Amino acid sequence: MKQYSLTLLAFLFFILAVGLSWAGLLSSYTQLVLMFVGVNIMMSSSLNLVNGYMGEFSCGHAGFMAVGAYTTSLLTVWFFTKGSVFGPNLLPPAWATVLFPFILLFGGLIAALVGLLVAIPSFRTRGDYLAIITLAVNYIVKSAIENIQPIGGARGFMGMGRVVNGMREVVDIPWMMIWTWIFAFLAILLIKRFVSSTYGKGIIAIRDDEIAAEIMGVNTQRAKMIAFMLSSGLAGLAGGLFAHILGYINPGSFTIMKSTEALVMVYLGGMGSLSGSVLSAVLFTLILEFLRPLQLYKWVVVPLILILLMLFRTEGLLGHRELTDVFPRLKRIFGSREEVHAAL
Amino acid sequence: MPLFEVSGLTHFFGGLKAVSDFNLTFEGGELMGLIGPNGAGKTTIFNLVCGVYHPTHGEVRIEGRNLAGLFPHQVTAMGIARTFQNIRLWPEMTVLDNIRVAHNYRLSYGFLDAMFQTSRYRTAEKGIDRTAREVLEIMGVRDYAEELAKNLPYGLQRKVEIARALIIRPKLLLLDEPSAGMNLGEKEALIGLIRWIRKEFNLTIWLIEHEMRVVMNLCEKIQVLDFGETIAHGTPEEIQGNPRVVEAYLGKEID
Repeated sequence: MKQYSLTLLAFLFFILAVGLSWAGLLSSYTQLVLMFVGVNIMMSSSLNLVNGYMGEFSCGHAGFMAVGAYTTSLLTVWFFTKGSVFGPNLLPPAWATVLFPFILLFGGLIAALVGLLVAIPSFRTRGDYLAIITLAVNYIVKSAIENIQPIGGARGFMGMGRVVNGMREVVDIPWMMIWTWIFAFLAILLIKRFVSSTYGKGIIAIRDDEIAAEIMGVNTQRAKMIAFMLSSGLAGLAGGLFAHILGYINPGSFTIMKSTEALVMVYLGGMGSLSGSVLSAVLFTLILEFLRPLQLYKWVVVPLILILLMLFRTEGLLGHRELTDVFPRLKRIFGSREEVHAAL
Repeated sequence: MPLFEVSGLTHFFGGLKAVSDFNLTFEGGELMGLIGPNGAGKTTIFNLVCGVYHPTHGEVRIEGRNLAGLFPHQVTAMGIARTFQNIRLWPEMTVLDNIRVAHNYRLSYGFLDAMFQTSRYRTAEKGIDRTAREVLEIMGVRDYAEELAKNLPYGLQRKVEIARALIIRPKLLLLDEPSAGMNLGEKEALIGLIRWIRKEFNLTIWLIEHEMRVVMNLCEKIQVLDFGETIAHGTPEEIQGNPRVVEAYLGKEID
């Protein structure tokens, strides 16, 4: 029983968030923040796979998010709405209710393929190459989108709001809240499964000692590529959700600032700690919202918090540990690390 | 056909000849030693065999198959496992996970199996868990299975490293200075352990060692290396009396 309590807790949260939004008890601002928490969880935990578990340094995560965001948005708008860009809708708008998750997954897949393109050249050597290449890819993606005028260029792209409205006309439930959290849980689950399998543990071995990993039979090239594709694919999913939550995207949303936010969340939560990434995504999103009244001074306070954290807790909130390791009492409620693995 | 054969192995680091015309044959079942002063090229030879470096000239064959151009993980799959001079466990992983990861080259499931936790995945992981625990039991470190590798004392880390090599089910086991950093009692225990795993797992073992007590005790045949060249080979008794070996280790007597 107790090993299911984590799943149960997640399920309760999900019911509560969706139920309260549906009943109109949450303001649309609160709903928006809640959904961003979900998106940020996906961003931080997927980046942690590469930077934390694998020990490489990727700093262009927003680039993959942009790929996912634009792919899914273009497809949904093309399929389900009448517009100036694509003309009349290909499919009845009502079909979006069923097809939306598949389009989202397709967006993730495209982002993963772009990730593969980045991985092939950059994993031949170890070191700073990945950082430089991902940084470049972030800029390439952003500039490419800025220069494709048919999809709005720098002005951005919209119409996703109408897709979501079309879904709400069929069944009036908070669709985006539902999909955001389903995919956020899915992302956590997949990463957990990956790093607890013998297959995925290869990347932790690479982080600890790459030569030893290679000699003890880990196909390091392949392991790195798979992990990087999983990471960028999940970022693409997050991007697709982000686009449909806001209803409007522009290349300016996916700059190096966004990548930095993801990095900050990873280092705040702790490298190689999944619960740390989740915790920090929640904290980071909420702190940014609470500090909104400070306006511009927010950008003095937030970096200051980070500097203090780095000074006094270099490994982040939970470096290489999970919540249950820090608070052993939780084990009694949620089961030990192994039991949680078994449950997931 | 010999189990393992090295012929004419030569390797240059830039202009430096690290290994020159090294030859060796294992028929299978032997325990051979490779000794030599520091910098003689012993570990380089191991690295050449494992595929970390690719030799300038020469061939390495296991059961007749050439290892040229293979990646280290492919060499592992051919049945060569090794330990390292300075222990190279994965420090932040548990002892059990250290052993589990060494199963990677013969995993019977793929990425999607792991993501969907198919029955193929679950059966495979159960098997891996069982064999990993078994080998830890055999090496007498089972109690430390859930401990992080870095927290173990040195002697036990050696044992875990040997366990990790054994899980590969090697045909040829390379041990790179297994007694480095051990005290007298630990060295005695190590000699017993190596003898025992050799018999238990029916292994062919190739050993680099500085400690003469260990080498002379264990090895049937010894090869001596100096500046990348083989200066002597034979039984321990023959080696001990060989003037070139004495010279390489102690220097030439001045009359």
